[in-house]
Amino acid sequence: MKKVYAREEYCLGCKLCEVYCVTNHSQSKDIIKAYKLEEVTSRIIVETKGAVSFALQCRHCEGSPCVKACITGAMQKDEETGIVDYDEDKCVGCWTCIMACPFGAVKRDEFGNKVISKCDLCAEEGEPACVENCPNAALIFEDREVEEVC
Amino acid sequence: MSLNYNNPEFVIERDQDKCIECRVCARQCANEAHFYDEDLERMREEDINCVNCHRCVTLCPTNALVIKEYPLEYKKNSNWTGGMISNIQKQANTGGILLTGMGNPTDKKIYWDHILLNASQVTNPSIDPLREPMELKTILGRKPDKVEFDEEGKVKDLPPQLELETPIMFGAMSFGSISINACKSLAQAANEMGMMYNTGEGGLHEDLYPYKDRTIVQVASGRFGVHQEYLNAGAAIEIKIGQGAKPGIGGHLPGEKVGEEVSKTRMIPKGTDAISPAPHHDIYSIEDLRQLIYALKEATNYEKPVSVKIAAVHNVAAIASGIASAGADIIAIDGYRGGTGAAPTMIRDNVGIPIELALAAVDSRLREQSLRNKVSLVVSGSIRNSADIVKAVALGADAVYVASAALIALGCHMCQKCYTGKCNWGIATQNPELVKRLNPEIGVERVKNLIEGWSHEIKEILGGMGINALESLRGNRLMLRGIDLTEKELEILGIKHAGE
Ligand code: SF4
Ligand code: SF4
Repeated sequence: MKKVYAREEYCLGCKLCEVYCVTNHSQSKDIIKAYKLEEVTSRIIVETKGAVSFALQCRHCEGSPCVKACITGAMQKDEETGIVDYDEDKCVGCWTCIMACPFGAVKRDEFGNKVISKCDLCAEEGEPACVENCPNAALIFEDREVEEVC
Repeated sequence: MSLNYNNPEFVIERDQDKCIECRVCARQCANEAHFYDEDLERMREEDINCVNCHRCVTLCPTNALVIKEYPLEYKKNSNWTGGMISNIQKQANTGGILLTGMGNPTDKKIYWDHILLNASQVTNPSIDPLREPMELKTILGRKPDKVEFDEEGKVKDLPPQLELETPIMFGAMSFGSISINACKSLAQAANEMGMMYNTGEGGLHEDLYPYKDRTIVQVASGRFGVHQEYLNAGAAIEIKIGQGAKPGIGGHLPGEKVGEEVSKTRMIPKGTDAISPAPHHDIYSIEDLRQLIYALKEATNYEKPVSVKIAAVHNVAAIASGIASAGADIIAIDGYRGGTGAAPTMIRDNVGIPIELALAAVDSRLREQSLRNKVSLVVSGSIRNSADIVKAVALGADAVYVASAALIALGCHMCQKCYTGKCNWGIATQNPELVKRLNPEIGVERVKNLIEGWSHEIKEILGGMGINALESLRGNRLMLRGIDLTEKELEILGIKHAGE
């Protein structure tokens, strides 16, 4: 399946991917309103240490430990698309998936709500918002025909 | 010293209604002009650190930023301008030489803008370049006095030539003065567009060997990274005598910029200053230059054309004629607006002459002395657009070097702070955090687009003149007219005034 791959040699650590992730997952889809009126947590995480930085998001891996760990069935892997996504209404904020994810790609909601936040590959659109808006082409969306198995 | 008398040059205006406190600007500013204030819970700015490179403005996702000139006004004075006063304050603070980057920005006359091009009307038809073939191919090198063919139909005794698909090359910029990603972008673009790029005096980085057929390797007074393999790696060799931005001045790459890679490429210890002496210590006359030219030809088996690059100075015509007689195949002349990674401000802004006048004078002199076929003329400093190129060719140039324009295509915003090593666009820097901001894949595309656009425009202009090959325009000064120029200026340029 097509996944987002980071090329750390070109990542600026600017975190614009986070900004566009937030915007794309907001109600308004408006960057200023998303930040000033809504409470949206970015589903992509930029890791930075010194000169090295890269953006991390769910690997939508085969085996999906988060799906197995989920106590309510909120987390599911779509058989067809391979996308791992969660149902916000079913999530109770037990954080089991956060502990289960070997990549550290699942986050707690940053505004204190008892719900997690993770990448859904912007499933409804073509190219994920982070990839489309990275100013340095440090993120690419492609099918490398290798499955990360956990 | 206690108080800094200098005021900020720029003021950063942030629209707080638009700012979402994403801190992109703070992360992108190597000069630390933006920061987030935890107590006030908003972004703030340190105006005095701002160099107006527009990195933050370009990356701000909400267009919340505008940078303006600092509005503080001095009492009106045409002599003691704000710039003059602040220069003195800076020097009173440091006791140092005023340093700067890029080309001379002063408002002296730009001759390109006083030259107009011709077009066909009624009496000779113009040509539509979209329908008819148009030739921009340019061949640089010494041409024989007369053409004779051998049995295979090849020109006899033809000295080595450089073939370009368009009359444009990337001017000398060393690895050291610019980043490896900038070098790669230019080298690969030159390769794909059938042009040449020039290593500058920094040697040839391993990663650039794949583009060697499109490389002009430079030999400058510091002789950095010069060895047999280097000389033979390129398609041509250029002896750098001088540079338009700092004629008569050597170069100085500060030790901080001499990291692992630069040190390897230049063959000098890590962390040491790379000093290019002002003169070549083995060249004190045209005869000495001849020796170096032939030493290089000997080292490369007479297979590579040798170019000599000089700054446009007062007696440029006589010097160029000497260089032609000394055996150079190409003369590159860099005008006083040519760019640089670092130069003393006073030199950059006051030494040398405009390239337009130098070019016209050199071309005329070489013709008078029947030397014109012996060398190709390449001009630079500064070529800003395709019309400048067409004018240069009509004045007598064979090709041009563009450097600043290529850097602008890569993201440069002309803040002139190249010498600080903190280029926020990843161009004039060796700091790995900044270098990676320039993704060469994107860089190559942008530079190629620029050259493609310019080449199309040159074809359009030629077509308008009813000319279908650039060759027919070379030195055809009848295609040029002057406007707002004195008799003397017209005489030197060898062109008529508009209306004549
Ligand atoms: S937007 Fe691109 S460059 Fe910026 S942090 Fe994200 S991946 Fe890195
Ligand atoms: S980049 Fe723009 S929106 Fe983000 S903190 Fe800076 S000014 Fe505010």
